[in-house]
Amino acid sequence: MQRVKEKAIELLRSGEVSRVLGWKTGEFFYDLTPAVFESVEEVEKGFVFSLFSGANLSKYLIAESKKEGKIAVFLKPCDSFSFVQLQKEHRIKRENIYAVGIQCDGMCDGESLRSAGCEGMTGVEDGESLTVHTLYGDQVIEKKEALLGKCQTCKSKRIVDFDELIGQQGEDVPSDRFAEVAKLEAMTPEERFAFWRTELSRCIRCNACRNVCPACSCEKCVFDNPVSGVQNKAVADSFEENMFHIIRAFHVTARCTDCGECSRVCPQNIPLHLLNRKFIKDINELYGDYQAGADFDSRPPLMDFRMDDPEPSVIYTRGGAAK
Amino acid sequence: MQVNKEWTPTIVAFCCNWCSYAGADLSGTNRLQYPANVKIIRIPCSCRLNPMFILRAFQRGADGVILCGCHPGDCHYTTGNYYARRRMTLLFSMLEYLGIERERTRVEWVSAAEGAKFAATMNDFVKTVTALGENKRLEDLRCKE
Amino acid sequence: MQKIGVFVCWCGSNIAATVDVEAVSQALAQEPGVVFSTNYQYMCSQTGQDLIRDKIKEYGLTGVVVCSCSPRMHENTFRKTCEKAGLNPYMVEIANIREQCSWIHKDKAEATEKAIILGRAAIAKVQLNAPLQAGTSPVKKRALVIGGGIAGIQTALDIADAGFQVDIVEKKPTIGGKMTQIDKTFPTLDCAACILTPKMVDCAQNENIHIYAYSEVEAVKGFVGNFKVTIRKKARFVDTTKCTGCGLCTEKCPQKKVPNEFNLGLDNRRAIYIPFAQAVPKVATIDPDYCNMLKNGKCGVCAKVCGANAIDYKQQDELIEEEYGAIVAATGFNPIDLSKFNEFGYSQSPDVVSSLEFERLMNAAGPTGGTLLRPSDGKHPHTIVFVQCVGSRCDGGEKGKPYCSKICCMYTAKHAMLCREKYPDTDVYVFYIDVRTPGKNFDEFYRRAVEEYGVHYIKGMVGKVVPENGKLKVQASDLLDNRQLHIDADMVVLAAAIEPDKSARPLATMLTASMDTNDFFTEAHPKLRPVESPTAGIFLSGACQGPKDIPETVAQAGAAASKVIGLLSKDHLLCNPCTAQPDEMMCNGCSSCEKVCPYGAITYIDKEFRGPNRTTLLRRVAQVNPAVCQGCGACTVACMSGAMDLKGFSNRQIMAEVDAICK
Repeated sequence: MQRVKEKAIELLRSGEVSRVLGWKTGEFFYDLTPAVFESVEEVEKGFVFSLFSGANLSKYLIAESKKEGKIAVFLKPCDSFSFVQLQKEHRIKRENIYAVGIQCDGMCDGESLRSAGCEGMTGVEDGESLTVHTLYGDQVIEKKEALLGKCQTCKSKRIVDFDELIGQQGEDVPSDRFAEVAKLEAMTPEERFAFWRTELSRCIRCNACRNVCPACSCEKCVFDNPVSGVQNKAVADSFEENMFHIIRAFHVTARCTDCGECSRVCPQNIPLHLLNRKFIKDINELYGDYQAGADFDSRPPLMDFRMDDPEPSVIYTRGGAAK
Repeated sequence: MQVNKEWTPTIVAFCCNWCSYAGADLSGTNRLQYPANVKIIRIPCSCRLNPMFILRAFQRGADGVILCGCHPGDCHYTTGNYYARRRMTLLFSMLEYLGIERERTRVEWVSAAEGAKFAATMNDFVKTVTALGENKRLEDLRCKE
Repeated sequence: MQKIGVFVCWCGSNIAATVDVEAVSQALAQEPGVVFSTNYQYMCSQTGQDLIRDKIKEYGLTGVVVCSCSPRMHENTFRKTCEKAGLNPYMVEIANIREQCSWIHKDKAEATEKAIILGRAAIAKVQLNAPLQAGTSPVKKRALVIGGGIAGIQTALDIADAGFQVDIVEKKPTIGGKMTQIDKTFPTLDCAACILTPKMVDCAQNENIHIYAYSEVEAVKGFVGNFKVTIRKKARFVDTTKCTGCGLCTEKCPQKKVPNEFNLGLDNRRAIYIPFAQAVPKVATIDPDYCNMLKNGKCGVCAKVCGANAIDYKQQDELIEEEYGAIVAATGFNPIDLSKFNEFGYSQSPDVVSSLEFERLMNAAGPTGGTLLRPSDGKHPHTIVFVQCVGSRCDGGEKGKPYCSKICCMYTAKHAMLCREKYPDTDVYVFYIDVRTPGKNFDEFYRRAVEEYGVHYIKGMVGKVVPENGKLKVQASDLLDNRQLHIDADMVVLAAAIEPDKSARPLATMLTASMDTNDFFTEAHPKLRPVESPTAGIFLSGACQGPKDIPETVAQAGAAASKVIGLLSKDHLLCNPCTAQPDEMMCNGCSSCEKVCPYGAITYIDKEFRGPNRTTLLRRVAQVNPAVCQGCGACTVACMSGAMDLKGFSNRQIMAEVDAICK
């Protein structure tokens, strides 16, 4: 963990980069936010890489890589998929970036620890199991119980693109990330409607999902654009939340790397990743396995076709959702 | 005035200019009947259909939306309907996943020579949507008077 | 706010009988923006058009909605009317209240209500219309003809005669096509080579024609008036500029066992060959599959004997890029593969031949020097059975084709007649389903075969052909006499169905031209535009569009040429102004639109924009070439930010129509 901070200092000191994109500590030790550090002093004072560095930094590169000078960025395996996807879409200037890949075995946040039963936390020691210091004494919990939702269904330890690696390069790992989607598919339409109505009606249109999503990086979002015909900012009615989330999911289809940030940041705990994963699952089943950001050359499935693609009526007849 | 009338669904049919719109014209030329609640919007190609238009139609009170385009392989623009096919498959699957009745959406390939198919498709679609009843799940109540 | 005029057409009683046109024009008069609304008996008539024109001037209309027949009928008419009145033609929208309303509904109240809604949608759309200017694109005054058979040759000659440059791309080493393999032509029985070879020579000598023989079209880009075509000139391993066509190499080449495709494998040729004596261009070609020098570097005889020093074993395929204003597909046909027709013993006996093979056996330049001899033992056949419709008119069968191949009845009559004429001692039987002889002097020809030449025409199909003791046992049924026939034949000739050349399907994809289920090119209109493809700038000549005999092919070739000439004689073409247009401020530069564009109309540039605090930002943004864009709109949906929109069918316009309909 300390090696990451040392690397940040080393890169700045050597002049290899003029800025470092990392995480800085907030009000609580588990409250880390992305930040740009411009000097060794700033890094020494504020840079933190810990169990709580869950935030995906790649999206910030869209703006940062276009500024003067080179910037270093730290990328966990899942972040590196977004990093590659953004390069495929010409959104970031790779030559202005020094990418440091960091191997990762799962991240936590305050909430995930709280839901694992910790209160009044003052610190955590990482390891096979976590030792959580609290106001009421130390607590030992299994790490896998306290992981972020997105880390519980980790799909890959592979860092797709990097200039330098901290830790070992990893591989794709088996994941049952579609289990939840399959569970929903197995429900009746009425049950699914009720499920989503309950979930989506909590939406307050804070746009946190949109703001954190590396795929949601339009110069101007259609929902902010008065000429798009769908502009709306307030939470006007139930349909518009649906429409926003459906369109948002559709717009990131085949571009979403399943980094899970949308659900992580949602203040209302709406499982938004289940929308994206539904599209990913459908694409895998209908058009062949595809992982956004896994490589530089593949053609995104929505910008591609086969002459013998299934007809849309396939959703009437196939299993899962059609039951 | 609306009160006494039997409810009939509002159907929006997006038709590509080259095949399906001509097919719809042909069904008119041949005087093949289909219900008046089908209203056609002409688009250049099935690939012009933005999912937003479909959601907008549902939001504003449509009970069913159908897209008609050239048969795969016959697109006037060569590849448009192939893209449309993937987009609509995924979108419809998503709507179904959200619990919206899947029968409210449909894609049908209708060539310029298939006037009879166009009329038959519309008759069938109207029948299906009528059986489903009003679109309550996706409709934006605010927009209804 | 637009000032909109609404014009409701009665179309006589076509609309007015089912739609209360007065109610429609009154209801639409209440719509926001509508300043004038009326109805009239025939809007497309001169009086109707005058009415529109007068009202545009009188009310200063900025938008016009015509509620009438399909825009596919009269959109252009009304656009021109408005243009004459000084209104931009793209400020017109048509509400289709005939084909899509009055003609399909019976209930007048229902139809009237629908007509009003359709009118409202058109008004909502026209509110958002913007004046559009059709750009122009220049026409490259050069034509490409793909296929060098009689269809391609005739098309090229006619285009060249009009003074335009034309290139022929032919995949075989020589032009000429199937007609070179035919012995005599029906119904005049003149020699095919005698009428074809002068045309081939004309092609070679015409200074407006360039022949790319032994070449194939590799890629086609662009659009009508501006096609960019990549042609692969396959390596002949012979320098065509040096080769004199003396043929010495083809005599000295030690590799003698190469099946001669010109004679359909009935005899052999050498590894270096000239297909036939009148080949154009008359140059040698080395077959790399058989040449010892190319395969294992051992030989070199042809290079040694060539006085012109034309042999070049290191020659490579050459890629040529050319620009054309128009492209003619003339890819022709082939007889179908008969190996699946086991019942006729085609694979079991060499004496069961296809009709084209029979042509070669009758031809003076063929493998037997024009004497009809059985391929198995070289003996003169005495009983010959012709079987028609082999693979033609097969319903749903995997082996055959559903259509009639059209030429078989006539050439079979020709073969039968020629046999009887040359060899009066032969018995000739023809088995047929129907004899189809529509065509000038065709039926007379067939009757001559029966009446004068004594050919036995038997209505019925051959069930089985079994080779036995040097004979072919033919089992057949005579449907008219209702009896089974057993004939001991010396030869059986199968009139194989014809199918489009295999190269046509990939070519159609490159040309974005459509095909039917049998892989024949589709015409723009089966009756009124038979030589044009639905894709602008692509024309059809010969059997690639459907089975045809020579006179029909030549007629169609001339028709295609005249269409090409009409196109090439224009300096500029008007472009469709309904093209995609990106809003640079919103463009992400992500390349999504570029990936789905079928025309390659989208490119990217790095452009400077004003950033915050007086900085400049360099951003990658999409650019659309309006001359290339055809306005399909694929890009508009691929664009997440909505930066890409389609003029004439914009997001807001379509959304406004949706809103008007769903209200």
